[in-house]
Amino acid sequence: MQKVIMGNHALSWGALLSRAEVIAAYPITPQTEVVELLSNMCADGDLDAQFIKVESEHSAMAASMGASAAGARTFTATSAQGLALMHEVLHWATGARLPIVMGNINRAMAPPWTIWTEQTDSISERDTGWLQIYTSSIQEILDSVIQAYKVAEQVYLPVMVVLDSFVLSHTNENCDIPDQKKVDAYLPKFNNEYKLDVNKPAAYGGLTGPDWYYELRYKIQKDTERSLDLFVETGKEFGEVFGREYGLVETYKMDDADTVLVTSASIASTARPVIDAMREEGHKVGLVRVRVFRPFPSDLMRKLLAGRKKVLVVDRNISFGMSGAFYEETKAALYNVKSSPPMWGYIAGLGGRDVPTNVVRDMIDQTLSEDHPEGDIIWIGVKK
Amino acid sequence: MKYTIPEQEIMCSGHKACQGCGAALAMRYALKELGPRTMMTFPACCWSVIDGPFPYSSVGVPLFHTAFETAAVVASGIRAGLDARGEEDVNVVAWAGDGGTFDIGIQALSGTTERNDNIIYVCYDNEAYMNTGVQRSSSTPWGAVTTTTPPRHFKKERKKDMMAILAAHSIPYTASASVAYPEDFIKKVKYAKSIKGTKFLHIFASCPPGWRSAPELSVELARLAVQTHVFPLYEIHEGRYYKMSMNPKKKDIREYLKPQGRFRHLTEEQVAHMEKMYDEKYEWLLDLAERSKPYFEAKKEK
Repeated sequence: MQKVIMGNHALSWGALLSRAEVIAAYPITPQTEVVELLSNMCADGDLDAQFIKVESEHSAMAASMGASAAGARTFTATSAQGLALMHEVLHWATGARLPIVMGNINRAMAPPWTIWTEQTDSISERDTGWLQIYTSSIQEILDSVIQAYKVAEQVYLPVMVVLDSFVLSHTNENCDIPDQKKVDAYLPKFNNEYKLDVNKPAAYGGLTGPDWYYELRYKIQKDTERSLDLFVETGKEFGEVFGREYGLVETYKMDDADTVLVTSASIASTARPVIDAMREEGHKVGLVRVRVFRPFPSDLMRKLLAGRKKVLVVDRNISFGMSGAFYEETKAALYNVKSSPPMWGYIAGLGGRDVPTNVVRDMIDQTLSEDHPEGDIIWIGVKK
Repeated sequence: MKYTIPEQEIMCSGHKACQGCGAALAMRYALKELGPRTMMTFPACCWSVIDGPFPYSSVGVPLFHTAFETAAVVASGIRAGLDARGEEDVNVVAWAGDGGTFDIGIQALSGTTERNDNIIYVCYDNEAYMNTGVQRSSSTPWGAVTTTTPPRHFKKERKKDMMAILAAHSIPYTASASVAYPEDFIKKVKYAKSIKGTKFLHIFASCPPGWRSAPELSVELARLAVQTHVFPLYEIHEGRYYKMSMNPKKKDIREYLKPQGRFRHLTEEQVAHMEKMYDEKYEWLLDLAERSKPYFEAKKEK
């Protein structure tokens, strides 16, 4: 079924098609439409789920933990301040190995009050152990929710599906709503082997000394690494079933590219026509959109970027005192590689400032005009 | 011979509680009545330790350890998950100390109670942050010494009235109970099991290290707290109707205070002040119970 829907509703449709059994959520702009539609879906009986209308985001995640521990497929969504409030329990969800899927709408952090897009909220949670998918279209949002459950439930780790506020959350696009039967076949009912069970009483998360804690962390890292292959596998299978394949990254005109733009989310969509135009002028420019940021696809990034002449990374986030996160991690992945290219790190679009095609063009032009980058951060269009 | 408390033991030995721990007794009694079709969640509290280190557990039912401020809502989540799985008969119990209930967990508890989620919340109240080494909580009574309210600056604030706060949510059932009165305690667990919605049990649980009292006096002190009207045993139905579980002839409060190091610094004047506060509160409760009598009589007739 084809339907014109907004990004937020793509999350709701994703949860519906995945047959989420418990939803716990708290409203925050720009996330509200996600849970409004889910409330209606539950009220109308389209979605057979328990909906817990909690009193905070902290409780939204805590309720999700309880439900997931009890073996239910669980969904929630939030943004910015709400995600930050969840911080403690994001760690808990990972440590407790709960395959919760959450939508996060990237909104800049206050103060000052703001509601516009920036990735610093989810980037701040990159060390919580949540797997993170950064989307760039309404269709990809919906598809990623379904794929997220398929990966999460194999590695017993939570997954965050991330989208830009307004640019994606409130933009309407034509979207293919997959057939429920096909989704059911792709994502069968989940039987959590470690759920709370009165027939198998056990304690989860009890006091663990240095003798075992280390091993538990090792296991999380190993399963996180394993999820890289699973993202590829399940993305390929998604393509076979639904005709849309997804990988760890999306590449564009990369075959002969000597200069590569690395970015994520909606900025990547803006970059494509810029690259087309520059190609027509004879510049060999290509694009890598990082889709799965956690785990970071370091191997693939090395394969894609080693040996190129120049790489520029555009970040709509900032780790104060360092640089943009995608730049930081791309650079780290390439450090021990012999033919590692010089790397320019641009900060753009913070707090929802528009990043139109001419700004993308400016960043590529500056990269082409310099032999080597100066410093780790290049600011674009700072007002004096 | 018919026993007044269930014979079944769900909790097992090997737990890590201190000698004379009221919280350990509370768990043993609660589980006797709750039975094996029960799931629990603990926030940070003494019981996070008492249960035993990984991979051991002494409660004998599935247990999800959780963050300090989340017991009530994790229970809500487990309930929703079980309902989704069609296991509606399983008791879901949040089991928290006074810090996790009166202080850091009150927001989530308020949310769960307002939604009337079908869980039992048990607060075992030892009147301070005992697990971290006896710091004052909003449950610590007036006059008590803790490591953050030393003798010269003993606690000057009254204990928060958690039962009244819960009642203000129109909670279907809330009751106070004591490890010194197991029959009464178990009767209340049984009633809580029998009705839907949020149920709150406030259990007075003595703590020898925190109260600086002898372990062998734990049950006696818990009993004296009831007999001196310091911790009355009562129920509130539908958030409005009060019922005294017992109305013992008042004993001298000094009998309760003297064996506890946490009250040793109090002057006679301060003790008198304390006594007056408890008497006033008790009178208030008796008055509410008197006014609630028609409700319970009507209930009996049905």
